[in-house]
Amino acid sequence: MSSRTFGSAIRRREDPRLLTGLGTYTDDLSLPNMAHAAMLRSPHAHATIVSLDTSKAAKAPGVLAVYTGKDTAPALKPMPCAWLLPNAGLNIAEYPLVALDTVRYVGDIVAVVVAQTPYQAYDALDLIEVKYKTLPAVVDPEKSAKGTGAPIHASVPGNQAFKWTVAGGDADAAFAAPGAVVVHDRIIQNRLIPTPMETRSALAQWTAATGELTLWNTTQNPHIVRFIGSLVMGVPEDKLRVVAPEVGGGFGAKIAQYPADFLTCFCAMKLNRPVKWTETRSENYIATTHGRDHVQDVALCGTKDGKITGVRGTVWAGMGAYLSTAAPGIPTILHGLMLCGPYLIDNVKEDVYGLYTNTTPVEAYRGAGRPEATYLLERLIDRFAHAIGKDPAEVRRINLIPKFDNGHNVATGLTYDSGNYHGALDKIMAHVDYAGLRKQQAEARAKGRYMGIGICTYVEVCGLGPSQVAGAIGFQGGLWESAIVRFHPSGKVNVFIGTKPHGQGEETTFAQIVSSELGVDVNDVKVMHGDTDKTPMGWGTYGSRTTAVGGAALAVALRKIKDKATALAAHLLEAPVEDMDYADGRFFVKGAPAKAKTIQDIALMANVAWNMPAGMEAGLEASSFYDPPNFVYPFGAHVAVVDVDPATGAIDLKRYACVDDCGPQINPMIVEGQVHGGVVQGLGQALWEEAIYADNGQLVTGTLMDYAIPRADVLPEIEVLSTVTPSPHHPLGVKGIGEAGTIVSTCTMYNAVVDALRPLGVDTVPMPMTPERVWRAVQTAKKGA
Amino acid sequence: MYAPSFDYHRASSVAEAQKLLAANPGAKLLAGGHSLLPVLKLRLAAPSALIDLGRIAELKGVSAANGGVRIGAMTTHAEIATSPVLAKSCGIVAEAAAQIGDMAVRNRGTIGGSVAHADPAADLPTVLVAVGATMEIAGAGGATRTVAAADFFQGMMTTALGDGEILTAVWVPALGAGTGAAYAKFAHPASRYAVIGAAASLTVKNGACERAIIIVGGVTATPTALPSVAAALTGSNLSAEAIAAAAGKAAGDLTGDLMGDVFASSEYRRHVTGAYVARAVAAAAARAR
Ligand SMILES: Cc1cc2nc3c(=O)[nH]c(=O)nc-3n(C[C@H](O)[C@H](O)[C@H](O)COP(=O)(O)OP(=O)(O)OC[C@H]3O[C@@H](n4cnc5c(N)ncnc54)[C@H](O)[C@@H]3O)c2cc1C
Repeated sequence: MSSRTFGSAIRRREDPRLLTGLGTYTDDLSLPNMAHAAMLRSPHAHATIVSLDTSKAAKAPGVLAVYTGKDTAPALKPMPCAWLLPNAGLNIAEYPLVALDTVRYVGDIVAVVVAQTPYQAYDALDLIEVKYKTLPAVVDPEKSAKGTGAPIHASVPGNQAFKWTVAGGDADAAFAAPGAVVVHDRIIQNRLIPTPMETRSALAQWTAATGELTLWNTTQNPHIVRFIGSLVMGVPEDKLRVVAPEVGGGFGAKIAQYPADFLTCFCAMKLNRPVKWTETRSENYIATTHGRDHVQDVALCGTKDGKITGVRGTVWAGMGAYLSTAAPGIPTILHGLMLCGPYLIDNVKEDVYGLYTNTTPVEAYRGAGRPEATYLLERLIDRFAHAIGKDPAEVRRINLIPKFDNGHNVATGLTYDSGNYHGALDKIMAHVDYAGLRKQQAEARAKGRYMGIGICTYVEVCGLGPSQVAGAIGFQGGLWESAIVRFHPSGKVNVFIGTKPHGQGEETTFAQIVSSELGVDVNDVKVMHGDTDKTPMGWGTYGSRTTAVGGAALAVALRKIKDKATALAAHLLEAPVEDMDYADGRFFVKGAPAKAKTIQDIALMANVAWNMPAGMEAGLEASSFYDPPNFVYPFGAHVAVVDVDPATGAIDLKRYACVDDCGPQINPMIVEGQVHGGVVQGLGQALWEEAIYADNGQLVTGTLMDYAIPRADVLPEIEVLSTVTPSPHHPLGVKGIGEAGTIVSTCTMYNAVVDALRPLGVDTVPMPMTPERVWRAVQTAKKGA
Repeated sequence: MYAPSFDYHRASSVAEAQKLLAANPGAKLLAGGHSLLPVLKLRLAAPSALIDLGRIAELKGVSAANGGVRIGAMTTHAEIATSPVLAKSCGIVAEAAAQIGDMAVRNRGTIGGSVAHADPAADLPTVLVAVGATMEIAGAGGATRTVAAADFFQGMMTTALGDGEILTAVWVPALGAGTGAAYAKFAHPASRYAVIGAAASLTVKNGACERAIIIVGGVTATPTALPSVAAALTGSNLSAEAIAAAAGKAAGDLTGDLMGDVFASSEYRRHVTGAYVARAVAAAAARAR
């Protein structure tokens, strides 16, 4: 069996259990004597609680307890915000687990019922009597800034959570330069609902005798749950075990910490019996964090011959009623710092206002801040190209940063690691025959058909990230990752990682790394994750960081193993260490490969320790805590081809092709899958998805009958290509790929649709570009003409 | 999503189901459950009991009958979509059934449940009115009656079914030589229900349209005829121009209260219905010739 599995498209070992229904999710777990919790959630977006009577519910069949804020407030600290954005006047409003006197969004928890069965718990919810006095609500961040609604938090003047500015060069001067071509746009980044297949769930078990609490929880970062959970609940970190079993999708929504999870723990501790809580789908839509929700007022300036000289803007970012765990960093650090994109843009300035609104808290959602940056930039570039009468691909080519291998500084202050942006653009243009497509488009237009081509280039920042930077930007944690590699006497390997794969396939790719580095059969490696009692500390899966940081930790640990194995092999072969050579899992004296010690031989000898060199410890195990020196910066170029029917507004996506560069690919099939999923989620924002709130704060798209997520049968075959530009600082050269597709596909799709409709005079369509909105854009353009 | 508690009864015959209905005030009939159960789980309704029709053999199946096709009320959309009998005699019904929801919905949902529920965005009501179907209804005392589809759908989620009545079958006529019918749909991207559903049934003789029936749903609370479109088609040669001109009259026929929501306003639906009518007419014309 070859050990060269790095780079091979082997099948995901996760899939057999997942596809045959044998995966164990939190809600699949059951403990003896387990009770069930249900949350009473506010039906109003903004109201004071006049009275709250739980007496009838408490007497209902099967009910064990009903708790309100009066019970929980003394025992539980408010939910902390864990991204303390500096220099931004951050104003964190108190976020109680259960509302005390005011509810601030539809979904705010008002009471908790615990009963013998979930049915009894939900029946009892209906018996809780709450009198509300409703207050005016505000759902739009820009309106919130302007004082619509009633103030949301007494401690927050103007509903402003923060104001953050990014600036580099002199944007105002660039815009004022004589002859500058200026294009302007006002963009609504539609609010999205992450919609993981598995809704959130928690199961808590309290062992009173030892003071130990175990929480099974669907999360992207069990160690963060433990860290924050211990602060909120006062259970010491050493006595709090968090287990994340199979996690059915997160997309950022399962980074955040939630009141309901800790309330489930509270109930278990109070009642001294296991308690489970699982969201219903309707509850998930109002109670689990949303994504995006910006109003962007932005402009770009450049020269008549196509050189972009500046980008400037103001963003109003909706944060929801409370600041969720990582929320302040998303529309700022992860958004504003990426405003140069892959281009040589010397002057940028953006003010970002974070606003409280009477809506579900907003958090990271696949791409988290970066799609909102790429989108505004790519949309402005198409406007600019149109204004100066140049092809959009050409304008991109003019402005792309030339190829670099080791560091390029951009105006926002970041240092990109490596890039070959022209390479990606050339490859996608050749693949789709861009010139040919433009010719087809001209022919289609002549026949009255509205064909459009969208082309975008992008770079994104991921692999979060150097811990020192994390500290400097106010992230209340580290961003390193850890791995322990343990060789058993038989040569089989367990890898324990601190991060938490939940669909990305690292059980497979990490085994491939082990196999490639040390020559063991990929099937002899098992990757363990998701249990704080069994795995080393880690910070979780988000920001496309698990392979970019956790994979690096693994590589470093493996190299430690290799060093020890080399020394032990030298000892056993009675040769100096300097004379040793290694190939494919075999250690031998240079020039004498026939007399080798295999890694399995070494594992056995290290574990039995009969004959160790002086001073060498027994065992073959190594760990690494890897803190990356920089972020990684994947990039690429995407193309969408559409036909739009102006009579109905229907969009037909004919073709979607992409080139993405995430460095060397450990498993190209998994990379392709990540690109697919990412692209499709980005298309969701462009075409279908939008959390619509009525002005009174009711979520109108509150079920899957109203909120449309992409489905396979409405999508074309996605053509996935790649280039390979290694990261100079990653031990394996790899970059992240989990979010890339989402970051660029939304604007690629948007630009294609607007390109199709340009002959009709359309220059903008609000997202999601539903048939009615396209149709209205056409009607408006007709009236204007 | 947890439904409030209810009693459950399984009937093995229509007569037994009627007895159970009489004995359980506030009970609801349960067919595929695809409309009823979500309503219960959202706690928008709390019937005292459900009477499951799922095991009543006499309510199932598609068969040729009386110069047409009889479809038992408990026949699933999937069976209808793939029925060779329907494909031969009245293909538009199968065509519409094939576009309902997704595979899981078609495997559970039934024609009886769909028409009894009478959702304005459902597909089958529109085509059943277009082809002139007849509903067979078993009354409380064992009496049976029939109601023409056009009279059956009385309002949004309101039908001619009275208390204690059970829909037993839907009979559709064979279209006959020279008649073609087709259904064109604009599906909601989330629910897949019809935002606009357009059914056309055309009879063609010597290249000219002798009779045209145009019914739309989704855009209206109940299946609605478009008389101006039909009139413009009648006597025409069904050329592309003739179809476009006739379909252009659709908005003029849609004058009453129209359906509208955040996804598709009534104004939008009114203006683009013609485009779907044109598609249905063109397909029906091709089949009629
Ligand atoms: C996700 C989803 C997507 C859907 N998409 C579409 C779509 O695109 N197009 C479309 O047309 N439909 C669609 N539907 C509806 C579905 O196709 C069913 O037709 C519909 O839910 C009702 O059929 P049922 O058999 O499930 O009835 P049930 O839900 O069991 O019953 C519905 C109602 O009819 C009553 N009833 C049932 N049978 C009888 C009877 N024999 N006599 C008297 N009363 C009766 C019940 O008491 C109840 O009030 C969709 C449903 C879902 C859940």
